[in-house]
Amino acid sequence: MAEAGTADTHGADAHDAAHGHHAQSFLSKYIFSTDHKMIAMQYMFTGIVMALIGGYMSYAFRMQLAFPGESVPGYGVVSQGEYNSLVTNHGTIMIFWVAMPMLIAAFGNYLIPLMIGADDMVFPRINRLSYQIFLISAIILVVSFFVPGGGFGGAWTAYPPLSASAEYNLTPLGATFWLVAVALEFVAFLLGGINFITTLMNARAPGMKMHDIPMVLWMIVIASILFMASVGPLIAGAVMLFMDQVVGTGYFDPDRGGDPILWQHLFWFFGHPEVYVVLLPAMGIVAEIICTFARKKLFNYKLILYTAFATGIISFFVWAHHQFVAGIDPRMANVFTITTLIISVPIAEMLFLYIATLYGGSIRLTTPMLWALSFIAEFLIGGITGIFLGASGSDIYFHDTYFVLAHFHYTFFPIAIIGFFAGITYWFPKMFGRMMDEKLGKIHFWGTIIAFNFIFIPLFILGAAGQHRRIYNFQNFPDLAGMQDLRVIATSALLVMLVFQVIFLFNFAYSLFKGKPAGKNPWKANTLEWTADSPPPHGNWPELPNCYRGPYEYSVPGREDDYWPQDVPPDTAPAE
Amino acid sequence: MIQGIYDFIKGIFAPLGDYLIGSFVPVGSSFAGDIDALIALVAVFVGFWALLAYAAFFFLIFRFRERDGQRAQYVTGEEKDLKRWITYPHAAIILCDVVIVFMAIMVWYDIKQRLPEADSTVRIVSQQWAWNFVHPGPDNELDTEDDINTFNEMHVQEGTTYHYELLSKDVLHDFSVPVFRLKQDAIPGRVMKGWFKPTQAGEYDIQCAEMCGIGHGIMGARIIVETPEEHAAWMSQGSAGKLASR
Amino acid sequence: MSITRPIATTRSATGIPTGKLAVWWVVGSEIVIFGGLLASYVMHRLGHPEWAEYASHTNTWFGGLNTFVLLTSSLFAVLAHYAAEHGDGKKAAKWLLGTCAGGLLFLGIKAVEWTGEIQHGYTITANGFWHFYYTAAGLHALHVIAGCIIMLIIANDARKGKELHRVELIGIYWHFVDIVWIFLFPLLYIAK
Repeated sequence: MAEAGTADTHGADAHDAAHGHHAQSFLSKYIFSTDHKMIAMQYMFTGIVMALIGGYMSYAFRMQLAFPGESVPGYGVVSQGEYNSLVTNHGTIMIFWVAMPMLIAAFGNYLIPLMIGADDMVFPRINRLSYQIFLISAIILVVSFFVPGGGFGGAWTAYPPLSASAEYNLTPLGATFWLVAVALEFVAFLLGGINFITTLMNARAPGMKMHDIPMVLWMIVIASILFMASVGPLIAGAVMLFMDQVVGTGYFDPDRGGDPILWQHLFWFFGHPEVYVVLLPAMGIVAEIICTFARKKLFNYKLILYTAFATGIISFFVWAHHQFVAGIDPRMANVFTITTLIISVPIAEMLFLYIATLYGGSIRLTTPMLWALSFIAEFLIGGITGIFLGASGSDIYFHDTYFVLAHFHYTFFPIAIIGFFAGITYWFPKMFGRMMDEKLGKIHFWGTIIAFNFIFIPLFILGAAGQHRRIYNFQNFPDLAGMQDLRVIATSALLVMLVFQVIFLFNFAYSLFKGKPAGKNPWKANTLEWTADSPPPHGNWPELPNCYRGPYEYSVPGREDDYWPQDVPPDTAPAE
Repeated sequence: MIQGIYDFIKGIFAPLGDYLIGSFVPVGSSFAGDIDALIALVAVFVGFWALLAYAAFFFLIFRFRERDGQRAQYVTGEEKDLKRWITYPHAAIILCDVVIVFMAIMVWYDIKQRLPEADSTVRIVSQQWAWNFVHPGPDNELDTEDDINTFNEMHVQEGTTYHYELLSKDVLHDFSVPVFRLKQDAIPGRVMKGWFKPTQAGEYDIQCAEMCGIGHGIMGARIIVETPEEHAAWMSQGSAGKLASR
Repeated sequence: MSITRPIATTRSATGIPTGKLAVWWVVGSEIVIFGGLLASYVMHRLGHPEWAEYASHTNTWFGGLNTFVLLTSSLFAVLAHYAAEHGDGKKAAKWLLGTCAGGLLFLGIKAVEWTGEIQHGYTITANGFWHFYYTAAGLHALHVIAGCIIMLIIANDARKGKELHRVELIGIYWHFVDIVWIFLFPLLYIAK
């Protein structure tokens, strides 16, 4: 062991010796912790709570759509204004308070130090601050539902003049609370990003070169960079919208020389890269799982990385495909059709590379693997339906219909929900030292996936038939009223899907206490997190590991084991 | 020549377009068929790739499932003969995209970039939460004495090419007529211009396609496409008895 | 509760000090924020020729004076860095206090300037130009305040000879705050 004995490798030992190991109080261990694993848990549990709130909202508004005007059990009658507020906040919550915290903040915080062989993030206190700001943003958003006037109902896109003036939106406090919550969430993730990139770049184990970094970490960091580079103009826009709402400026008021379309550009300049901000980490999680359970290297690691970078860069040039009929110069639409169709190419390539990774494998369909594979199957539909929308000519018909809605649920659901379930079922043993129940896991999987498709395929059909979004009761439209059966099917499927989540919650809670002890490496995987105890202690290892090879050396010919962890020194004798 | 290529490709996909969309939603305008054909073309192309991808996906999962004594292969993905399975589809997809972009731009140009000569003009005024339509009266000129104002009900004549002037009194709205396959955001402070030519008599929905506040869901209206006789009869009634809501 | 520095913080696989990577990340995100705001302003300005008349009421002398004050404070930050590089924490702290004083002077001049403008009726809600004038300069001023606070904390540590590497880092941030002003000055004061 070449590097043993250097001060650098004595992680937790030196750490503990330095501040004379003492038992941490409840507050310092759980509430004010700077440990990346605890902060990750905090993000994850906040994300789960917000997902339940967002899911409850979808329950309420889908019940209204299926049974218009009837009292929804557990909610009451959904009024017109409440309907708008429910759909607005459902979207806002799922993107900013579920997808981002779970995929980036929870898995990013948990995995980055462990997968690179470090004892924590490089700036633990900034990490803690980022969570605190995030928590405050979540609280402000939830409070916005209960202020006088009610929660904001101007859609998650918050287009002015509606969002800028209480005279129009009738929810003055709700609109401002919503805006402040979103802005604070942005600040929290900018702060969090500081740690991701500096830790990944600088705190790697000795011997870990750039191409030895597990794909999920690359994806999280590229996502962080995309977020940082795109959110600035929207923060500027949010400041302007805030001024319009609170101070009475007219940035977006045409009567005062303002321009409502400016907001749209600022919003979508961020909004489009944002979808890749959440997509890439999910794809990263899927990559780790496929390699482990197919016992295979990632198919052309470098090419996958290039497609991720290409997607990220091109994502800055497609935004106005959200604005084809919004009143932009019609000639510009052609440019954005071209760029949008171009971006479909690297994404398709990434999916093909993942499918190719299965070739020659020895595939074991565990619960995490089922989730990872279903990500590919479902996201494929989301991706191809995007083509209808990126082509300007067909978007004239599909814009603002349920076709768009079904498209983005076939992308976002795999990203936020499937990605989360894949990651949590895979890393639960490491996080909590116990195995989740496989049988319950599989039942939860099939119930969720089948129900998911029954929710959104009817919505594709309704969208193709001309049904528009954000409308609380389709009985008001004679041409659409007759298709109520499809709406009932979608709502019923949602109810089924929600019931199946109880199985997950039970499995999760039960396994925390009664699951089979996991050991360090139940999946026989290569990456460094599997060499730490389950769960890892504060400081992660008594002695920090070194890295001797890439993360996907599975099934190496001539070796007895079909995996070769990154921290195992090279054989002194050559392999036969 | 470009028009010729467009017409040729459109001709191939038009029947499928009629089936996919046209059988659910009436083909109500001169360009509705163009959009339907484009949708059908995209459906065929992406459907082809999706089926191919799913076939490979499920085949590989089955073929390489875990079996006793069978070990996985060590594949880096840089092997030339394997990489071909990625690079050839990659190139083919780019070709498909070129065709899609070409057809999309042609359709878009026709509907949104050009303004054919109009037989008539109609003004559409959107507000929270209703539609006001200003039809030129028998003199076929807007802003004259005989203009006909209606509320939530638009009357147009089959086979006539119309220009529309779309306005908003307050926030963003969007004039959307699914049977025309037409949609345009209304922006306060601006007059949005466009065109359509109804081709099928009947009564159809108008929807507002931009979130505009609490009443967004009750902002439906109706468009009445009339034969020339019906339209003349309606116009001769003049403004008296108008401003009828649905 | 003491938090010792993780070993992770002491590593540098790229050779670039971690703190510097962090500050550049912060500066990068701020560039996009101000970039978005100023780009919006420029787009509006191009579309509204009448704003030139509104802009004529800004006081170029105040603006110029503030430019000089900020540039001088940046010079002090450079001198602070030089002292820190040579291990002289006390001197570095002194120069940082000078930088901070420059920042406070900048804010004071701004206060006088804005008071005058508001009394003349050029308030934030007056018209589009003044919306941007107060928002952009106000956002900038918030960053000046934040910078001063952090600078005082770093100066306090430097005085005791601790964390001298941070002197350079706050200097980088301060130069960025300065550069934003270098853009604001011509856009708000000179373009008339």
